[in-house]
Amino acid sequence: MLTRLVGLLFVFLAGCAQVPLRGTGDLGLIIERASGHVTLVNTSSRQPYARIGGLGDLSHASAVFSRDARYAFIFGRDGGLTKVDLLEARIVKRVMQSGNAIGGSISQDGRIVVAQNYTPGGIKAFDSETLELLAEVPAEYAPGSFSKVVGLADVPGNQFAYALFEGGEIWVSDFTDPKRPVTKRYPAGLQPYDGLVTPDGRHYLAGLFGEDGIALLDLWQPEKGSRKILEKYGRGEEKLPVFKMPHLRGWSVAAGRAWLPAVGRHEVLIADAATWKETGRVAVKGQPVFVMASPDGRQIWVNFAIPDNGWVQVIDTLTGKVVQTLQPGKAVLHMEFTPRGEAVWVSARDDNRVVIYDTKTFQTLGGFDVDAPSGIFFTSRAARIGF
Amino acid sequence: MRGLGLLPALLMLPALVVHADDQTALIRMVRQDCGSCHGMTLKGGLGTPLTPQALSEKPVESLIATILYGRPGTAMPGWKSMLSASDAQWIVSHLQEGFPEERR
Ligand code: HEC
Repeated sequence: MLTRLVGLLFVFLAGCAQVPLRGTGDLGLIIERASGHVTLVNTSSRQPYARIGGLGDLSHASAVFSRDARYAFIFGRDGGLTKVDLLEARIVKRVMQSGNAIGGSISQDGRIVVAQNYTPGGIKAFDSETLELLAEVPAEYAPGSFSKVVGLADVPGNQFAYALFEGGEIWVSDFTDPKRPVTKRYPAGLQPYDGLVTPDGRHYLAGLFGEDGIALLDLWQPEKGSRKILEKYGRGEEKLPVFKMPHLRGWSVAAGRAWLPAVGRHEVLIADAATWKETGRVAVKGQPVFVMASPDGRQIWVNFAIPDNGWVQVIDTLTGKVVQTLQPGKAVLHMEFTPRGEAVWVSARDDNRVVIYDTKTFQTLGGFDVDAPSGIFFTSRAARIGF
Repeated sequence: MRGLGLLPALLMLPALVVHADDQTALIRMVRQDCGSCHGMTLKGGLGTPLTPQALSEKPVESLIATILYGRPGTAMPGWKSMLSASDAQWIVSHLQEGFPEERR
């Protein structure tokens, strides 16, 4: 036993990748937007523990996790797909999969990683073990016309739902046979800009930029087709300029309602998650970008597009009122809750800082310097539908 | 305007001078905030590429107007609340020549 320990220690000291046994449930990563690095972090110690470079252009980069929550798959803007081992803190594999990508997702069974691409528009599926290309679905919505793909999300049945910005459609691709995906198409509306799957995996929502409203598809009854909800929420009033596109993801459902960013209005829209009728709206400080429910659904944290990107507001879902207005730093780009929501991590790009808040007291619990931080991703995403 | 060497040209028009500090801020803004749609490398994203290849042949005035007033019906917003005409002009001439990297 002792010799084995000493042996282990030796291997460790020798600089090999061997590390003491540990789980990954409290780990995560932060994208350093400008420098092509990711910083690996621990949400228990609230500190970074490693930094990895060589990931290319990480503007608008996002990450998903393997189902054992040990590996992160990072989708870069330049089309790079990088698999990172969180325990050994190293790149396991990296492929250039397209010219211009915007994100990705991982299948229900964890075997397929799918990237969504702007150019050439479409999705590409990779073996999550080897990153070998399995299949492609070009977003050719009319002969010779390709669309940018947005809002890719995994849905039950090893399927992926996504929306076509120019095509104005929702597509659902079934990867039951990973090399021969079968795709179904549904109308969405003008210029879908992002999409989300509700936490139960039942509904896919595509937010529309070109018109007021959100396209909704019931994945339990897709044969009924898509429909539009929250139509004409702008009430015919002139839109305010949108200096940054809002983002949608499956954390928008809380307390039986969906909390969604309005486009061109400084409002968060509330819809009943059973009837999908509007039940209210909350006036906020600017154009909302992320509207994120805490894991227990009690709070909604909202950040904003420039010039209001120094603010974060917190809505109490019981009263539907803004209960806190915070100034975490310059250019707040993203927020991520710890797995059970006692804390939220906020990235302030232009302060080169990540700030950690207590969600109960709204006091800062800590923070640390990171080079131009953008997205923050914790491994708790590994077990969620729609990521 | 192009090919004149921007600085002397701007010095003739005092109202259009963009100071060094402001230039740093403008470079950051274009790379980061315009970059959220056009890509940090400006090679395109939801917005079209803003590379010299894409822009050098296009009329300066209309590009300035696009930046200040946006393009209705597209996702390109007007930035006149945040950028002055001289800011927009500075951005356009630098986009057409190859936009500077952020100094880090
Ligand atoms: C919310 C997304 C978004 C942001 C942010 C954005 N743009 Fe755009 N921009 C677009 C889109 C989309 C187009 C293409 C419009 C079209 O189809 O004609 C465009 C077009 C342009 C064009 C015209 C290009 C051409 O080939 O004619 C210029 C110049 C431009 N943008 C500059 C900027 C600058 C400078 C900023 C930052 C101050 C900026 N944009 C920020 C979305 C955006």
